[in-house]
Amino acid sequence: MAVSSPSADLSAALVLQPVTALDWLVILPVAWCIGIGAILMMVRHRTGLQPLIAIAALCVLAGIDATLLWHVSQNGPVTMVMGRWLPPFGIAFTVDLTGALFALMAAVVALAGAIAAVTDINDSGRRYGFYPLLMLLMAGVSGAFLTGDIFNLYVWFEVLLISSFGLLVLGSEREQIDGAVKYGFLNLVATTLFLIATGYLYGIFGTLNMADIVVKARELRDAAPLTTLMALLAFAFAMKAAAFPVNFWLPASYHTPRIVVSALFAGLLTKVGIYALIRVSVMLFPVERQELSFVIALAGVLTMITGALGALAQTDTRRLLGYLVISGIGSMLAGIAVGGPGGIGGAVFYALHSMVVMTALYLAAGLAARLGGGFSLSSLAGLYTRHALFSALSLMLFFAVSGLPPFSGFWPKVMLVKSALDTGAWWLAAALLLTGFLTTIATARLFLLAYWRPAGAGAPSGEVALPATLLVPLIALTAVSILIGLFPETLLGLVQKAALTLNEPSRYLNSVFPAGSAP
Amino acid sequence: MRSLILRTVAPLIVGLMVLFSIFVLLRGHNEPGGGFIGGLIAVAALSIYGIAFGVETVRRAIVFHPLAIAGAGLLLSTLSGLLSMVFHVPFMTGLWVYPVILGEEVPLSSVMTFDIGVYLVVVGAVTSVALSLEERGED
Repeated sequence: MAVSSPSADLSAALVLQPVTALDWLVILPVAWCIGIGAILMMVRHRTGLQPLIAIAALCVLAGIDATLLWHVSQNGPVTMVMGRWLPPFGIAFTVDLTGALFALMAAVVALAGAIAAVTDINDSGRRYGFYPLLMLLMAGVSGAFLTGDIFNLYVWFEVLLISSFGLLVLGSEREQIDGAVKYGFLNLVATTLFLIATGYLYGIFGTLNMADIVVKARELRDAAPLTTLMALLAFAFAMKAAAFPVNFWLPASYHTPRIVVSALFAGLLTKVGIYALIRVSVMLFPVERQELSFVIALAGVLTMITGALGALAQTDTRRLLGYLVISGIGSMLAGIAVGGPGGIGGAVFYALHSMVVMTALYLAAGLAARLGGGFSLSSLAGLYTRHALFSALSLMLFFAVSGLPPFSGFWPKVMLVKSALDTGAWWLAAALLLTGFLTTIATARLFLLAYWRPAGAGAPSGEVALPATLLVPLIALTAVSILIGLFPETLLGLVQKAALTLNEPSRYLNSVFPAGSAP
Repeated sequence: MRSLILRTVAPLIVGLMVLFSIFVLLRGHNEPGGGFIGGLIAVAALSIYGIAFGVETVRRAIVFHPLAIAGAGLLLSTLSGLLSMVFHVPFMTGLWVYPVILGEEVPLSSVMTFDIGVYLVVVGAVTSVALSLEERGED
């Protein structure tokens, strides 16, 4: 029986100072989501109760994340080590501004999805476990944003991947199984690559704690093949984020599940890949990112151009939006390639904007299908006469995704173009602007055909009422986009500070290894 | 399966296996064993019971839906971690009590309740899969 002897010096192994309530904010989003997910699993057949619990829980989650963001912006990065063991031996959860911003936006998006699901997911979908899976997905997403340990990041990837499988096959239709197989297989390949790269990383550094890696990488830079490692990790994350040329799983699967599920995936999943890429390339391996910047920039340009061209060619609204998701990923890659506060801040800002706007656009596509009877551009027509408010909201979202002022897409694009020009990468700036132009054409084509084109004779016409549970999340997300567009100062300040912390992670390191406790 | 031998022996084997799974679960703190492997042994027991007497009998015997059991286990594990909040130590720190029961000191810990949670998650999740597969096999 191992009873700790009082003579041992515990301070060498354990965190001895008491943990304050504010520190708990670091782990609470994950623990809360898992706990609520577990409760929802236990009341799986109470289909009336489930949405109420889930929506209330996600409101609380958004509150926790907002408090966490406030705490981090006031006091710098916060760390909690699991099981009291000192880092790097205990698994650390370390939250800086980037992680907190992503986590908060993810909670907002999930809340919108949970409300929309009240109407969109029927009783059988709820019995299938939509809400428990959503909560577990959020546990995975929050965990990925908040963890400070690279193997733990892998674990959260797995958690969100498993939950997303469940959400993808909700309903078990043939088309969904087909999409899920492609999605599942290619994502498992990416996850396996990530795992192999993590093993390689552990072989080089002998540690998995991100702060510890930052410190050790400075010493090992001349001796170890860090560029290879960085390239492996970047490839795995690029596959997750659906960057060209490893993005084929996204158009093959995102149009198959329920529209709410598509909306949540578009808002959350690819952004986790981008977040991981930012974290690894900017904070852990900045020198290697510099070396690979041309490759990342090239992948970014190809991703955004092929995405925008793909969107121009589609006739199914959901597939069209899938290509817009990809195109946005290209812009974020461009930011990562450029680097610096402008580039990284722009990439973070673009990711946050894209989470809100892409989710809203998928929800809008669902509403359009409800009004016009399908997702095909050949059958959709005359939506403008059927619901004026909805059409106005859609138009605003189209402007936002194209990067036109005064919506949220404008500012990150400005940041990205400016920082690209500042570093002399005029071709990158040109590609960003061209993508904005192509996206405008693609969304204008969508608006022209589905909304403005008069409906043919015999088609349903006249004003239609839409269920509030679908309209409210759309209005709320559009409002977020407009607010960000009109009052960008707060968020601009935050993302620039976040990028600075990533570029110069001394405060992050201090939070994991307080002064005096060298790793 | 309509085999008299299996149906006669099954209750005995199943009882023994469930007992053994709990033994392995509790043994796991300091020696090989633990919630995961214990849970798998329990699932094997339930599967044998299902083969001998049919899936419906198993579902009645475990009272709750397997996934509800998994949910309860997940909740128990999460709460075991959150218990540290009360004692101002980080998440998942092991907390111990040493009550004396019948003159014997029994060490109990949040580590153990966490492992019982893992046991329940494995029992619930894998039983759910096993029973579905056995149901498919019956028709």
